This record gives sequence, C-alpha cells and structure tokens, in this order.
Amino acid sequence: MNKRDVFLMAGLLTFAGLSYLLLIKGREQTGNRIVITLDGEIYGTYALNQDREIEVKNDNGYNVVVIEDGQVYMKEADCPDQYCVKQGRISGRHESLICLPHKLIVEVEIAEEDGAAAEDAIDSIAR
Amino acid sequence: MGQKGENTMSKRVARLGIFVALAMVFSYIEVLIPFSFGIPGVKLGIANLVVVTGLYFLKPQDVLWISVIRILLMGILFGNGVSLLYSMAGGVLSYLVMLVCKKAGLFSIVGISVVGGVFHNLGQLLAAMAVLQNENIVYYFPVLLAAGVVTGALIGMLADRIVKAMKTQEYDMK
Repeated sequence: MNKRDVFLMAGLLTFAGLSYLLLIKGREQTGNRIVITLDGEIYGTYALNQDREIEVKNDNGYNVVVIEDGQVYMKEADCPDQYCVKQGRISGRHESLICLPHKLIVEVEIAEEDGAAAEDAIDSIAR
Repeated sequence: MGQKGENTMSKRVARLGIFVALAMVFSYIEVLIPFSFGIPGVKLGIANLVVVTGLYFLKPQDVLWISVIRILLMGILFGNGVSLLYSMAGGVLSYLVMLVCKKAGLFSIVGISVVGGVFHNLGQLLAAMAVLQNENIVYYFPVLLAAGVVTGALIGMLADRIVKAMKTQEYDMK
C-alpha cells in the first residue's frame, strides 16, 4: 500500500460520506405508504398504517411483502440471494426493499396530501 | 516457460480453466461467509482475488475471459438471467477500470483492488437502475461506495500477499 492508495481510499470514503449527507441525512422522515413496483410498472400502493400481507407473483418468481406496525418487510421470496428478506424492516421515506432478480421494488413514500393515504387504503381494500 | 505454438496454446487454455474453477470456488465460498448487511450488492467479492492477482501474472485479455466465464457460469448455475446482467455489468466495468489504473501505475495493488470494488458496485447500481427503470435506487449509492472501498481494500491486501508469495517463486505465466 502506498500513499496514493491511502489518499484514494480517504477521498472515496469522504465522497461516500458527503453523498450520504446530501442525499439521505435530514430526510429521514417516516413514510405513510408504500409503492410496489414490479418490472417497471406500479403493482400497488398500500397505506403503512394498516397491517397486511401482500403476495406478489410474476414470471420471475414470488415475494411476500408484509406491513406490520407501520413498517414494511419482505417476509418471503424465492430468489436465490435472499437480500430482500435480509434487508429487514423499513419505514423511512426513500428507503426501499429491492429484489433484484425479480425486478421488484418496495418503496416507502409520504403521500402528498393527508387524504391521499386514506384514499389509497380504500383502493387497496378494493383490490 | 519457453514453449511455443500449440504447446503454449494448450497451456493457456488449461490455465484459464484452472483459474475459472478457482474463481467459481471463491464465489461459492462467498455464500458461506456471513458478510452481508442486507444490502443488495454488498459482498466481499472473494472471486475478485483471482482477477486482481491475475492482472499481475496473466495476459489482460485472459483475466477478462476468466471473469466473464466465471460470471456466466455462476449465473447459469445459481442465479437467473436478470442477476447475471447485474454481475456482468459490475464485473466488466470493474475489470476495465482496474486495467486502466494498473497501466497508469498510480496505485499499488490495494488501490487497484479498491477501484475495482467501487466500480463493481457502481456497475451493478447502474445496471439495476437501467433494468428496474427506477432512479430512487441512487439512494444506495453512498453505502455501496463505502462498501466497495472496504471490501476492495481487504481483497487488495490479500492479493498483495499472494502476489509477493508468487514473485518469490518467480512465477510468471504471461
């Protein structure tokens, strides 16, 4: 290891820290709904304040998304790497559970209007 | 190693086969080591030991072959078409950047491995953004960048010891 290696690592880590501060820090608000995207298309929007279990199936495989106590996690997936299951529970805005092999994303958002979350809840019951 | 013609070619093929097998074993061992923070794409990257070390002992194009064949085979055996795409993007991008850095002669093997780790993650991130059509994946960037530095440094230090040990044996396979 030489001096330039150390500078390189310090520089990259500083850049990682800065991008963390710019992108994420201070924006860690709790979200109130989740959006599930499958293969680039929106699969459904669900309120976070309502416990439920959502089964998502497509040609790539299947996933079970669970909303519980205002948090969301991936309960099950038949993908080989299981990263999405290991990601644990999330509830913050911009946080997401990603199952890369299935092209599935679960994103936490904040609905713009207060009424939106409630409306979505009704929507998803209808589904 | 002064043989020429067919002999050299068959040696080269055999050597590539051995290194592909070694890289595949490393990929497989990777799964057994609990080094996952539950973030997609963050892993130790032990198979990169072969690529990083290979840059010092093999022809550059042979290293690329080893990497590409390893990713293809592991993808067919244990992954699916989509995960193969992410790995390939990461593998090829990190190889290219490492090769450029090695030629530039700026960094030692540790620095080159760090660059490799970072660009491996970056390649995967870009591939994921393209495949999933979702720009919010960019929020993983800071973590993936930092993880690439740490894992790259660990692999680089190991590769450094391997290269030194091989050099004392005057092992040259070009």
